[in-house]
Amino acid sequence: MLGRLTWDAIPFNEPIAMAAGGGAGLAVLIVLAIITKNGWWPYLWKEWLTSVDHKRIGIMYTLLALIMLLRGFTDAIMMRSQQAIAIGGAEGYLPPDHYNQIFSAHGAIMIFFVAMPFVVGLMNFVVPLQLGVRDVAFPVLNSVSFWLTASGSLLINLSLVIGNFARTGWLVYPPLSELAYSPDVGVDYYLWSLQISGVGTLLAGINMVSTILKLRAPGMIYFRMPVFCWTALASNMLIIAAFPILTATLAMLLFDRYLGMHFFTNDAGGSAMMYVNLIWAWGHPEVYILVLPVFGVFSEVIATFSGKALFGYRSMVLATLAICVLSFMVWLHHFFTMGASADVNAFFGIMSMVIAVPTGVKVFNWLFTLFHGRVRFKPPLLWSIGFMVTFVIGGMTGVLLAVPPVDFVLHNSVFLVAHFHNVIIGGVVFGLMAGYNYWFPKAFGFTLHEGWGKASFWCWFIGFYLAFMPLYALGLMGMTRRLQHISDPDWRPLLLVAELGAIVIFCGILCQIVQLYVSIRTREHRRDLTGDPWNGRTLEWATSSPPPSYNFAVMPQVDEIDAFWEMKRKGAVAARSGYETPGYETFEMPRNSPIGFITAFFAVMIGFAGIWHIWWMAILGFLAAVVSAAVFGWSEHREFEISAAEIERMEQARLAGGGAA
Amino acid sequence: MTDTIFPAAARTELVPGRGGGGPASTRTVVAYGFWIFLLSDIIMFSGLFAAYAVLSGNTADGPTGRELFNLRSAFIETAFLLVSSYTCGLGALSAEQQRRDRFYLFAALTFILGAAFLFIELTEFAGMVHEGAGPSRSAFLSSFFTLVGMHGAHVTSGLLWLVYMVAQVAVKGLRPHVLRRLLCFSLFWHALDIVWVGVFTMVYLMGIR
Amino acid sequence: MDGDDRPLADRTPGVEHGEARADFLSYTVGFGLAILLTIASFVVAQTNLLWGPGIPVGLIVLAFAQIGVHLVFFLHMGTGPDHTNNVLALAFGMLIVFLVITGSCWIMANLNANMTMPTSHTIQR
Repeated sequence: MLGRLTWDAIPFNEPIAMAAGGGAGLAVLIVLAIITKNGWWPYLWKEWLTSVDHKRIGIMYTLLALIMLLRGFTDAIMMRSQQAIAIGGAEGYLPPDHYNQIFSAHGAIMIFFVAMPFVVGLMNFVVPLQLGVRDVAFPVLNSVSFWLTASGSLLINLSLVIGNFARTGWLVYPPLSELAYSPDVGVDYYLWSLQISGVGTLLAGINMVSTILKLRAPGMIYFRMPVFCWTALASNMLIIAAFPILTATLAMLLFDRYLGMHFFTNDAGGSAMMYVNLIWAWGHPEVYILVLPVFGVFSEVIATFSGKALFGYRSMVLATLAICVLSFMVWLHHFFTMGASADVNAFFGIMSMVIAVPTGVKVFNWLFTLFHGRVRFKPPLLWSIGFMVTFVIGGMTGVLLAVPPVDFVLHNSVFLVAHFHNVIIGGVVFGLMAGYNYWFPKAFGFTLHEGWGKASFWCWFIGFYLAFMPLYALGLMGMTRRLQHISDPDWRPLLLVAELGAIVIFCGILCQIVQLYVSIRTREHRRDLTGDPWNGRTLEWATSSPPPSYNFAVMPQVDEIDAFWEMKRKGAVAARSGYETPGYETFEMPRNSPIGFITAFFAVMIGFAGIWHIWWMAILGFLAAVVSAAVFGWSEHREFEISAAEIERMEQARLAGGGAA
Repeated sequence: MTDTIFPAAARTELVPGRGGGGPASTRTVVAYGFWIFLLSDIIMFSGLFAAYAVLSGNTADGPTGRELFNLRSAFIETAFLLVSSYTCGLGALSAEQQRRDRFYLFAALTFILGAAFLFIELTEFAGMVHEGAGPSRSAFLSSFFTLVGMHGAHVTSGLLWLVYMVAQVAVKGLRPHVLRRLLCFSLFWHALDIVWVGVFTMVYLMGIR
Repeated sequence: MDGDDRPLADRTPGVEHGEARADFLSYTVGFGLAILLTIASFVVAQTNLLWGPGIPVGLIVLAFAQIGVHLVFFLHMGTGPDHTNNVLALAFGMLIVFLVITGSCWIMANLNANMTMPTSHTIQR
């Protein structure tokens, strides 16, 4: 009746899991209770859960990412602590079985449910505003994408309390991930969660590429688009190109586990190496999917806070596109040691070094932008400068690892762990924090508290170096990754420094939580009344903060790069409105729709049923999803009209009221 | 200042959807979005093709392609699917010309031919399973059944979608949004035939050598 | 957003002004060519028309030709400015397909050659 789900699935005998799961569950219940008590459900349903507004969806993606960051970071500090304690004769507090699940969950969550949603959320919020249009190409699909990602996130969180997670590492390599060696639900949680959210991500990629290529304000030819839109384009092109490979590969593993096939098994001709090959053909583009938009954030932030146009716009664009194409030609560097001969390794090693060149071009362009600029050291710029230093170091260790003989020594050591955290934290996370601080006022109408922002930056920055520089040394000393117990006591001092680093990063996260709390409490002091708190250059700053649901009452006519800067320069900007308004016209906006939420509901049903082998529930969920799609497909009147008179009325009220919609 | 690398951009007509003309029409945006969705689907198939290419020799002392594949039925399947692509195109033409009756005719033909394709394919699968050459026999057979089966699953979804579209045409008429969806369906159906060209070439024709 | 009640001449994704007109002729010519190419493929595969070792190459060429026929005659891929996005997307997609398939084949062949045990007495399960 319930497949293989029994009461044994709840980890009563694992106190840490019970405490964590119980705590999280309690927090969820408290939040739900507060919402219910205050009667906020109708508002939430109407304005957020069924919203197809790219700004709201972007905010929800970001919120999801920040919440999952807490879980991913908890995993991290648990691992650091275990490694700081369990040295020599000491056992630590995490048994190996549990430790293996933690490092697997840490990686999967951080990549798929922190970095990806955060990046997608930023792009969702910013790109249509920067393009001068009212929404993305497919607003309802946008909602579906978000909810599918949230479904995947829910499933992976359920693995904490019902059943267990994979013990295989974040990429679930076979043969360990095959039924023979992982017969329980852990790998299945991973596979279903990622397949579901992967579909969401792919659809988001299609949406964004269509938007950038087909929906721009009049006059915005490609070479007048903001650089963030170019990097968003490249990143989403990579999503469309890479995620189908992930889908195919995880599907093959699912078929092995569920249908007894032999793609990657040890017997009957299966090849586990083929899995490694395919998963990294996805995996390498994935890291560029994460880092390219963040490069775009830095371009925007550095230009704005230098008071100068970005240096070398054309070369930035070309470098971005070069990285986009090259990112598909390096993937073997993740498995140099798997047995390929020198010619294959050499090709991919050289390509991996080549891809550093366009990145270098970008770094120089940022430096030249800062040079002779009137630099303002606001938090977003601090994050950017921290990025430039940190990412360059991480990139250099990457080029080092790209040399196959070196990689033979360092593969799967903590040197590798230090490298990829160096580029992911120094690159992606720092960029996301810069973007978060930079665009927060646009989203919510008030800036974040600057002092706590700077404090959080310094904690993250210092904490990062403390946590990961020791790992470079330890890797060279021979320490492998994913160790639950450390046998060499000489490594203790460095591991303690690393633990200290994790604690300092934790302080950084605390500072950010405090920053948010304080900013909300004192928001009246930092209201953004003009829509342009930073003296920005691009069109999103031409709207009020937050923008009205329709973004622009009249679509701007774009004649130059940095369209908004040009408007300001020509004096075309009134004190509050943002631009001359020649005359309002009626237009249509998409209606909200529950189909995203409904799709998510059935996706969770199908996933959970698939994991626990509750076949009737899986079939029911699938049929219900199909029926919902059919019903939605039959509906008409998906848009509503806003008349010119109504727009005029709303605009007058907005301008009179001072910014907030 | 502008555009010495791409001079055409400076001369771009102010046409919606091109360069500086502002947002494109809904039909253009929908069709383009669906086109890149299809490209992503083809990339997904390429992952399965890659697995087939790599694993097709791993027969684990079991049945090989040469023993199992029947080129006569593969040819008939191919012919059915190709003709259905043709009738689908004619159906799209009829719809654009607002000829409902002819649209129904071609939609029915497309459905029948597609269903015939599926029937032959399922018969082949059943036969193979019966002989002990099912997907769990070897890596070669796993990749065969998955690649060809995934294509068949797409065809099945296409047929269901076609029925749904005929219902929409019948009830709502050949209005712009219905025509947009028919356009998407035709793109889908033609793309499936393109994938099939890859399948019959790589799996059946090369498989018998 | 949807003012598309005019008679629609553009059947190609992204074509605003009906440059590549789809019509009966286009579909029929494409259909005819595709049939010929299909028959040719089956013949080449089963006879000695082509020199043996060249048959896989011949089949690949015929397959690409038929895919081209589908793209031009059924999907109306053209070369005008309205088609640029579509063609670029197709080119990018084809690049990825090429890299994934040939890359995987090259890598896996290399790995299999290096990682196969030298003796023939591998234990089969």
